[in-house]
Amino acid sequence: MPTPLARVSLMRRKAISSLFEKKFAAGVRVTVGSATCENAAGANPVYERIAQLFQEHKIKHVALGRVGCAGRCDLEPVVTVISHGKIPVKYVKMTPAKIDEVFQSHVLKGEVLEKYTMAKLAGLPRAKRVVSICTGAGCLKKNAGVEQAFLEAITQHGLEQSATVTRSACQGLCERGPIAFVYPDGVAYQKVTPEAAKEIVEKHLKDGKPVAEYAWQGKRLINRFLPIYGDVHFFGKQLRITLRNCGVIDPESLDEYFAVQGYEAIGKVLTEMSPKQVVDSVIKSGLRGRGGGGFPTGVKWQLAAAQRSNEKYFICNADEGDPGAFMDRSTIEGDPHSILEGMMIGGYAIGASKGFVYIRAEYPLAIQRLEKAIADARQAGLLGENILGSGFNFDIELRLGAGAFVCGEETAMLKSIEGERGMPRPRPPYPSTAGLWGKPTVINNVETLANLPVVIIDGPEWFSSLGTAKSKGTKVFALAGKVNNTGLVEVPMGTTLRDVVFDVGGGIAGGRKFKAVQTGGPAGGCLPESALDTPVDYDSLAAAGSIMGSGGMIVMDDSTCMVDVARFFLEFTQDESCGKCTPCREGTKRMLEILERITKGQGQLADIDKLLRLADTIRRTSLCGLGQAAPNPVISTITHFRHEYEAHVRDKKCPAGVCTKLVLYEIDKEKCIGCTACARRCPVKCIAGEPKKLHSIDQSRCIKCGQCYQACKFDAVLRK
Amino acid sequence: MTTDKEISLTIDGVVTKAPATATIMEAADAINISIPRLCYHPHLSIAGACRVCLVEVEGMRNPVASCAYPVAEGMKVRTSSTLLRRLRRDVVELILDNHPQDCQTCDRNGNCELQKLAYELGIRERYFEGERKKVEKDLSSPAVIRDPEKCILCGRCVRVCDEVQGVCNLSQHRRGFHINVAPAHEGNMMESVCVQCGQCANVCPTAAILESNDTDDVFKALEDPTKHVVVQTAPSIRAAIGEGFGYEPGTPATGKMVSALRLMGFDKVFDTNFGADLTIVEEAHEFLRRFEKNEKLPLITSCSPGWVKFMEHFYPELIPLASTCRSPMTMLSVLIKTYYAEKAGIDPKNVYVVGIMPCTAKKFEARRPEHFTPWGVPYTDAVLTTREIIWMMKSFGLEFRHLGDAVFDNPLGLSTGAADIFGTTGGVMEAALRTAYEKLTGQPCEQMDFTEVRGVEGVKESKVKIGDKTLSVVVANGLENAKTVLDKVKSGEKKYHMIEIMACTGGCIGGGGQPYPPPGMHIMDSKLLRMRAKALYTIDHQKQFRKSHENPYILKLYERFLGEPNGHKAHELLHTHYEPKLPRGVR
Repeated sequence: MPTPLARVSLMRRKAISSLFEKKFAAGVRVTVGSATCENAAGANPVYERIAQLFQEHKIKHVALGRVGCAGRCDLEPVVTVISHGKIPVKYVKMTPAKIDEVFQSHVLKGEVLEKYTMAKLAGLPRAKRVVSICTGAGCLKKNAGVEQAFLEAITQHGLEQSATVTRSACQGLCERGPIAFVYPDGVAYQKVTPEAAKEIVEKHLKDGKPVAEYAWQGKRLINRFLPIYGDVHFFGKQLRITLRNCGVIDPESLDEYFAVQGYEAIGKVLTEMSPKQVVDSVIKSGLRGRGGGGFPTGVKWQLAAAQRSNEKYFICNADEGDPGAFMDRSTIEGDPHSILEGMMIGGYAIGASKGFVYIRAEYPLAIQRLEKAIADARQAGLLGENILGSGFNFDIELRLGAGAFVCGEETAMLKSIEGERGMPRPRPPYPSTAGLWGKPTVINNVETLANLPVVIIDGPEWFSSLGTAKSKGTKVFALAGKVNNTGLVEVPMGTTLRDVVFDVGGGIAGGRKFKAVQTGGPAGGCLPESALDTPVDYDSLAAAGSIMGSGGMIVMDDSTCMVDVARFFLEFTQDESCGKCTPCREGTKRMLEILERITKGQGQLADIDKLLRLADTIRRTSLCGLGQAAPNPVISTITHFRHEYEAHVRDKKCPAGVCTKLVLYEIDKEKCIGCTACARRCPVKCIAGEPKKLHSIDQSRCIKCGQCYQACKFDAVLRK
Repeated sequence: MTTDKEISLTIDGVVTKAPATATIMEAADAINISIPRLCYHPHLSIAGACRVCLVEVEGMRNPVASCAYPVAEGMKVRTSSTLLRRLRRDVVELILDNHPQDCQTCDRNGNCELQKLAYELGIRERYFEGERKKVEKDLSSPAVIRDPEKCILCGRCVRVCDEVQGVCNLSQHRRGFHINVAPAHEGNMMESVCVQCGQCANVCPTAAILESNDTDDVFKALEDPTKHVVVQTAPSIRAAIGEGFGYEPGTPATGKMVSALRLMGFDKVFDTNFGADLTIVEEAHEFLRRFEKNEKLPLITSCSPGWVKFMEHFYPELIPLASTCRSPMTMLSVLIKTYYAEKAGIDPKNVYVVGIMPCTAKKFEARRPEHFTPWGVPYTDAVLTTREIIWMMKSFGLEFRHLGDAVFDNPLGLSTGAADIFGTTGGVMEAALRTAYEKLTGQPCEQMDFTEVRGVEGVKESKVKIGDKTLSVVVANGLENAKTVLDKVKSGEKKYHMIEIMACTGGCIGGGGQPYPPPGMHIMDSKLLRMRAKALYTIDHQKQFRKSHENPYILKLYERFLGEPNGHKAHELLHTHYEPKLPRGVR
């Protein structure tokens, strides 16, 4: 009898040979990003157009496929051309018309169409090779002068147009640092000194001969992502563990998942490990819940595993609901099998034979891909009875949520799965002792689950080498707001907020001034510039007055009003409060009323104290996490931006000019030259004035939209 | 199980022991520390919704809800501190801020749990006032009305309707500030599966759910010189009405009640008990006929209007098994407008019948078209709950405690002990068995106390030896318990000859219109129910006649007016029919 692991290996070999026969025989592959966001940006017509072109031109030497989202939201749809031995070319903001040009040039003639590439957009040359220098804390300490040495040697050899230098995040090989990767060859150089750098440039970059002396020959690192995307700084600085396959494999192909070590972890678990060993490994890895709570995953499993019960359940929480957060959706859409595999590992560890994925109905593509993945896995004998001949039974069903934010709270989710109104209940008992239908149940978030195959394959020691003392591994963030590079980013725990915002995120858009970064969604807080050096980990963010949360990160510039931000989040929590417990139901309403009062200029100084008192009451007395965290946006904005509240209350002014009731637009008599630009932009036509004569605003009709303020090139529209 | 295991903990510096499975609130109650509470109800599941019963536990970051939090060995609890007082105060103020400020004109003024709590927590000013919710009242039902603006979302009604009654008519709708408790699709009570039992009104801490008030109509009738106003009082009223005047629960107050009703101006004070005796005679004969033919068994009692409506929505297929007897109240109302009116020489159209009932569903029953006179008015013109009649007596300025004892008017005022016990669960069964025994065996029933069917347990099964036959009977109170029994009957798992079902826990003594319990007691409290039941069993024991068929006026009634039990006239006047009702209940 072959072992489960041997069976997986066989499946993998078959998958790879089938892939090479069908898809990659030619060595050139074109992939189209296809997650919900990319489809919304127009990926489907682009895909259809390429498919049509391929058919019309009878293209046989190039494989065409879809991949999940790589995370660069502002550049979608992205089409990637991967040719063996070359740095993959990423075409951005594709349209059917642009793809025609790309097809004519790149596919038919083999000439890269520079004007649409991501590299061009980033101001980079079309390089033959990319050097990616690790900037993890371990390497950073030792790599003084290395980057400079690379750059100088490249200039010295005149390789500026064929080699570029980027930075990578920690890859967990710190004792071998400094590390430098060279792509597309995928060579990892260890203990790189400035001298070694020179030699690498001369031999490898110039002559194409890797320097075996410095090359790391040990365990392969997780670097499926970097070879494709690592030449672009936005991606290079990230470490993709959760998102390791997103944007790399076709999420609807089980074969492609097999090809990237898919289901090897469950094979290993079923062959070599007892449930207790699995639990111990996960404890040892230091993995903590990525849904926001940060509870140690292995400990949660241990509690459920210790329960004696004829039935246990394993639930994947995919009820992602924070405004602007889409980590879970992208992970499922880009790599659904990794979630299933994570659930299987967990199910085995705790002794569950039934799993549920609770996913919002608003995620149709994610649902479709999960359904296909489940069907494919069942077909392959990876789900169901006697999985891989191991005797382990496990099956997974989907449960669709109807869009209630509170159903992401675990006890509310249990009610919802049981078919009742999703409302939280007091804990204890915790789900690990009495969960779904009263049975021991573990609920893990999507991101947590996606990490598990890696923890098993690469080992808890490796995993725990990444991150900080108490927060291991990486964290995915949905980076949004007033930042240049919006998108999905995954960085090692411990990376500073500054690095995420200014390095990965490329700084504040439009050259404006940074004001705050909001993490943790409606339960989180706003941190000011003084907190930018806070490392991203559970404890540091909490100490700074925010939370890690599930991964929303919204960057705000000086055009953001912090009172208005607090009001926005309170409006959200009040709307999403289930209404069960008094403080959350009634208290958030009162806080919202006070905030609305303040933004309308009707606030009093005592209102700020009332807000803080209500915040304290709600935080201490609410039934579930939603209510307990609801006041956080208010507390953090008052703590760090009290002066803005006071300006609204005392001076009846909104410093950012957002609160329309507190803004007055006037035209400066000295500066106005009568260009009519403001009058033409005014949507309510309340600006009067002849050309070349002084204009004036009719205050009674002005809607305070600020269009005139933006339109005036002479600073003649004053905002007061 | 570890139920016997005890742990020790410290509450407010007092070292005490508690069962390992206890909550902090239970452990504190045991040492007479009453932690303030609102949504908690000892007979319902734990909601943890109101956040009033917070206590501090050493080592915990935030206070915990003591109703839900389990005790633990060595735990140190504080039930009062500056922080806790402020938090509880703020939480209750938040409830008040979204509650009409009309205490003086409210139905629950003086016995509102929110009012009491607000006073005890020292809320003397408001810090957070703002918008209040605006939701229309639901006055659709003649029995149970709702004022959602007074609802404080404790969820007790939702829980009692689901967990105790198995009706699941009420649930939360919408979210956040706009949450609203209502029947499905925010429909009204009349067009829902509501069985009108009024248990929601009983557990409601405020005036959000009440019985529909009919006192005005009764006042008007009493003052109308053309009306001959007749009142009848249900068996359980005499055991509960005293509570409204400060008597301990279970103090029989029949005599004072009758005096009070006369003082109020009722022309005749009859006893629903007479109807109960009549019901037993009719039902016993109905049973014996079915038993002899071995058809349509088990016979299921039909005195409880909440149960009847429940059957029509949830178990329409069992309608053929239900007794066709009208309820004691309606039987008596029919007799008042036929037999009595004829005898007294009064035009029945001028007779106004008022039923004093422990029950809200009786208000609904009175309005069923089956119980209308041929000239188109209800046989029972008005139904008042025990709570309503207590209020009316108070508004009359009657010094109830100082009244003398009076007796019911005859002929419809004489009853046997069998009728008195109708007011408690098992009573109808026991009364029926006393009569059935004699009819089946022809022997006198010496041992009249069928104690197996007594008590406040939800389901009571018994095998009764009657001569050479054994009757298998079961008694259920609370509709969730009724469901359990009926599902077993339907599946064939159990076979019975007769089933008694009372919609409310404890039977009529726990009805939806009974007085709000005195401090320290609560609705469905088995101690309270036992006290009220004891009053009825005591009265039963003191009665000259204890078997319905021995009631001399009943015998005379058949002889002079009705003819044979189950005979043609009896059938016409005393029996009814049921119909499946929509919406169909989901079992």
